[in-house]
Amino acid sequence: MGQVIDSPAVWASNLRKRYKRRTAVDGVSFTVGRGEVLGLLGPNGAGKTSVIKMMLGLVRPDAGEVMLLGRPNTDPRSRQRVGYLPELFRYQPWLSADEVLRLHVRLAGVKVSGEDRRETLALVGLADRAGDRVGGFSKGMQQRLGLAVALVAGPDLVVLDEPTSALDPLGRADVRDLLLSLKDRGVAVLLNSHLIGEVERVCDRVMILDHGRVAASGTLAELLGRRSLRLHLTHVTPEAAALLEPCEREGDRYTIALPDDVPALVAGLVKLGVGVHAVEPARVSLEERLLDILREHP
Amino acid sequence: MRTVLTIAALTLQEGSRRRVLRSLAVLTAVLLGLSAWGFSEIAADYGGLTSGEAKVAGSTVLNLVMFGFSLIAALGTAFLAGPTLSGEVESGVALAMMTRPIRRVQVLAGKWLGLVAFGAGFVTVAGVAQFVIVRVTVDYWPPHPVTGLLLLAGQTAALLTLGLLFSTAISPMASGIVAVGLFGATWIAGVVGSVGDALGNPSVAMVGTVSRMLLPTDGLWRGAMNSFQDPALLAQVGSGVEESPFLSMQPLTWVYLVWAAVWTALVLGLAALSFQRRDL
Repeated sequence: MGQVIDSPAVWASNLRKRYKRRTAVDGVSFTVGRGEVLGLLGPNGAGKTSVIKMMLGLVRPDAGEVMLLGRPNTDPRSRQRVGYLPELFRYQPWLSADEVLRLHVRLAGVKVSGEDRRETLALVGLADRAGDRVGGFSKGMQQRLGLAVALVAGPDLVVLDEPTSALDPLGRADVRDLLLSLKDRGVAVLLNSHLIGEVERVCDRVMILDHGRVAASGTLAELLGRRSLRLHLTHVTPEAAALLEPCEREGDRYTIALPDDVPALVAGLVKLGVGVHAVEPARVSLEERLLDILREHP
Repeated sequence: MRTVLTIAALTLQEGSRRRVLRSLAVLTAVLLGLSAWGFSEIAADYGGLTSGEAKVAGSTVLNLVMFGFSLIAALGTAFLAGPTLSGEVESGVALAMMTRPIRRVQVLAGKWLGLVAFGAGFVTVAGVAQFVIVRVTVDYWPPHPVTGLLLLAGQTAALLTLGLLFSTAISPMASGIVAVGLFGATWIAGVVGSVGDALGNPSVAMVGTVSRMLLPTDGLWRGAMNSFQDPALLAQVGSGVEESPFLSMQPLTWVYLVWAAVWTALVLGLAALSFQRRDL
């Protein structure tokens, strides 16, 4: 058991997949640590969903290997503690929401009480629709049900493929809270989302795919570079300007690399007679960085 | 095995929730009602027939009605088999299910089992009801009712297995149509073969034999007919009935039954292989 716990939640090596003449995935390797949240970003057709499907055994890779929670993904037991919300979320329309959860619990081979199932439905905002047939659900409600299906069997790894595509802003906020609570509970998450803000707020690491390859990957700090400091200053003397070097200047606004001691810098500037109107931390947004990477990576 | 049974139960639940059961029940009730009327007319209007002739007439009409039931069972399950597998793949229902710690072959076996139970259950209920009607109206009881019903269930199983195989590779509608088309073609080839037999033309007769080997639905149906009709009565009426598509002169051989079982197992194995390799 120790070996199983020590292993990463996902270990994927050199995954490749061709659909007829088109290469969908070309040598993708990555890991998701236990309790880590990995964001998967990239333009449409970058191969994100193909990577997820190969990882979960839904699509046969042409090459490559995957280990899920310490077992090769060719062994069905590797998926025992995995929850998945597909991009194309559909559930048996002739079953009720609770029956769908009961089916998945049974297939997962775990015991989950009726109360726990109700709690899972409540977590995604479907507490009062437990007995209703899925056929009558809106798209948003079906996606919420999909989240409940992914969470109901007490997973150690949750794979969410565009989990907020059909949700309203309130639903998106709910999913964000849900992701943060999963993170707190030490559940590993692989999140594929076009909503960069969502990824930036909850992910520990990000992997950017483009044309089936890994264009960039790393922690947010690694990808976005050092944080910077923006200052709005007047009466900047040459001595004060020397304190700010190197900097980027636009009129009265200066952007410098984040110094170790911000109060000391501000005190120094004030001492030199500089008018300090605003001091704010800044950094390049993930969206800007993503666009840069995709442009650099033809 | 638990997974297989869970999926089988789910398949049966789908049948009942999607009102397939209710539609079948209504259709069966209509067919039973019509046949009860028809049989009572045979009993009333053909008072001039000897009791043996009345029984042959009853036996033939029984086979005709049973053919109707076997058609409903076979076509119904073949059309259920398509959507239940490829429909779920197309719609995305299969995605979340297949990422559970289960094997695809278990899902396929579960669906197969559920569909076989569905088809066999229908054939048994409708068949027994029909036997009772024939007994009450023309006082005829088939000589081997259990064997006949088992063969009909076998025919249903063979066709739905073929439907499942197609549904692992092609769209739900196409798989239903192809399975039903082949079923019809084999039946017609069987009739052509029996005409060849009656005319003493071995090459025409061979058409039926070959088609019965390629798809055993017609062979099993002929075996079922043979179990429903009384051979002594046929002998009494004499020759000239061999070419009737609703009478069968010979019972099935064990070799043929084994072949039908092997055929079904092979097709199911192929379906499992094809489903295993399919990208979802």
